[in-house]
Amino acid sequence: MFDSFEHLIDAVSSPVTIFTFATAVFILFVTFPRQLTSKWVSLGTLFLVLAFFGIGLTDEHFRKIVSTPDNVPIVGLMFIFGYFTWFAMKKAVENDRRIEKGEPTVEQLETNDKVLVFPYLIFIEFVIALAYGAMLVIWSLWLKAPLEEPANPTVSPNPSKAPWYFLGLQEMLVYFDPWIAGVLLPTFIIIGLCAIPYIDRDPANSGFYCYKARRAVIIAYLFGFWILWILLIIMGTFLRGPNWNFFGPFEVWNVHKVVPLVNVNLSEIVFIKWLGVGLPKQWFIREWPGFAVLFLYFAIPPAVLARTALKDVYKKLEPTRYLVLVILLLVMIALPIKMYLRWAFNLKYLVAIPEFFFNI
Amino acid sequence: MNRRKFLSWFGLAWVSFGAATGGALSIVLRFLFPNVVFEPPTSFKAGLPDDYEVGGVDERWKEKFGVWMVRTAEGIYALSTICTHLGCTPNWLTNENKFKCPCHGSGFYKTGINFEGPAPRPLERYRIGLTEDGQILIDKSKKFQQEKGEWNNPESFLVC
Ligand code: FES
Repeated sequence: MFDSFEHLIDAVSSPVTIFTFATAVFILFVTFPRQLTSKWVSLGTLFLVLAFFGIGLTDEHFRKIVSTPDNVPIVGLMFIFGYFTWFAMKKAVENDRRIEKGEPTVEQLETNDKVLVFPYLIFIEFVIALAYGAMLVIWSLWLKAPLEEPANPTVSPNPSKAPWYFLGLQEMLVYFDPWIAGVLLPTFIIIGLCAIPYIDRDPANSGFYCYKARRAVIIAYLFGFWILWILLIIMGTFLRGPNWNFFGPFEVWNVHKVVPLVNVNLSEIVFIKWLGVGLPKQWFIREWPGFAVLFLYFAIPPAVLARTALKDVYKKLEPTRYLVLVILLLVMIALPIKMYLRWAFNLKYLVAIPEFFFNI
Repeated sequence: MNRRKFLSWFGLAWVSFGAATGGALSIVLRFLFPNVVFEPPTSFKAGLPDDYEVGGVDERWKEKFGVWMVRTAEGIYALSTICTHLGCTPNWLTNENKFKCPCHGSGFYKTGINFEGPAPRPLERYRIGLTEDGQILIDKSKKFQQEKGEWNNPESFLVC
């Protein structure tokens, strides 16, 4: 019935298009938060998403993928996270409007007194925990845990998927060397999240939802959370099939799908394609273009930004904290940059030294 | 209690505390090493060279020893079934004529050379030789890595 629609979606789905589309929606959302959280736009979006799911459910393959016990939480997660992001933004926009007019914020209207954690907050949390426990019991009765046969080291299931909360990491492994995607970047994520309160120590504008006053921070956070984590989890869950090939949402998971994935390293592009000479033997000569690119990437933006766009930030944070902030941001942005380099130029590694298991 | 006596009690307490902690830790460490390990022998006899078809990838030892036997016109080599990316077991796809890893999509030619996906280096080869009775002997304790130029080593390849 909706065949042509489904074919169209499958035809345009690829890691590039989906990633770009999501980024575009994200940019729209953070640029026009007031318009996009208004009643009709919100309801319209909700309707479109539900319609997409409704149409999708008429497709056998789509139905199977979204109703696998492993994947049901991810469907829920999309809606729940979407809702909370919308909710926070809606409140923030409302407060921004009030602050502009010099009115008290919504939270200040409620009460200006301090409220004790115990018993007020704890009590609410306790009730929620009870409800949550009950829900989990029912859930576990309804959807069976997907247990498989005993592990066998010589047989990897196809596709082999990490638990859902690690699918973002698994997706990153497609673009980065294991020690970067599996060790370095997760460490950066954790350290970065821990560092937030030390980098941003400004107590102004805390205690209520707001957007305008903390725009840069909120955008940076939401980008990392939604695009670089949740989106990758969604792609890993629903769109990665056998052999970790990419499949459209309505495309049947064919084990024999062939997708050419031939990649080249930066050194090969520079020495073979541009200079027309062979690859140098020594790795330090062979890889200097990659090292140069990396050096420029981490040296120039901090210096330039400190004098231009982030001048005020630089003043406020002082050199050390400023550097930490910029380096963290650069590492975060490096992920989509590398993904686009792969899609656009089939670039595998900037620096590739298999002799030492060192690739970037 | 005078000062010296106090100090000596104090020292005793620290020593016993240290001993107890050390003891507990050493037990924990011991726990990390299994009592029995079931490791398949590292070398095995893989039958006669003629058991293998020229041009084919043979999977009969994959399950038990983690080895693919590949026979070309020149001879036989034993490829490791461990993906050089993160160690999943790739599948041999006969139609596509390549090894393909289900975890992050690395692909390897029949030779073991990586050509697609994130795997940083080719699959490893094991030492291969003949026993006196003419059978193939695979020794998994010795590996040959292409990127180190070790595939030129005569032990990595059985001419037949
Ligand atoms: S483990 Fe084989 S591709 Fe990652």
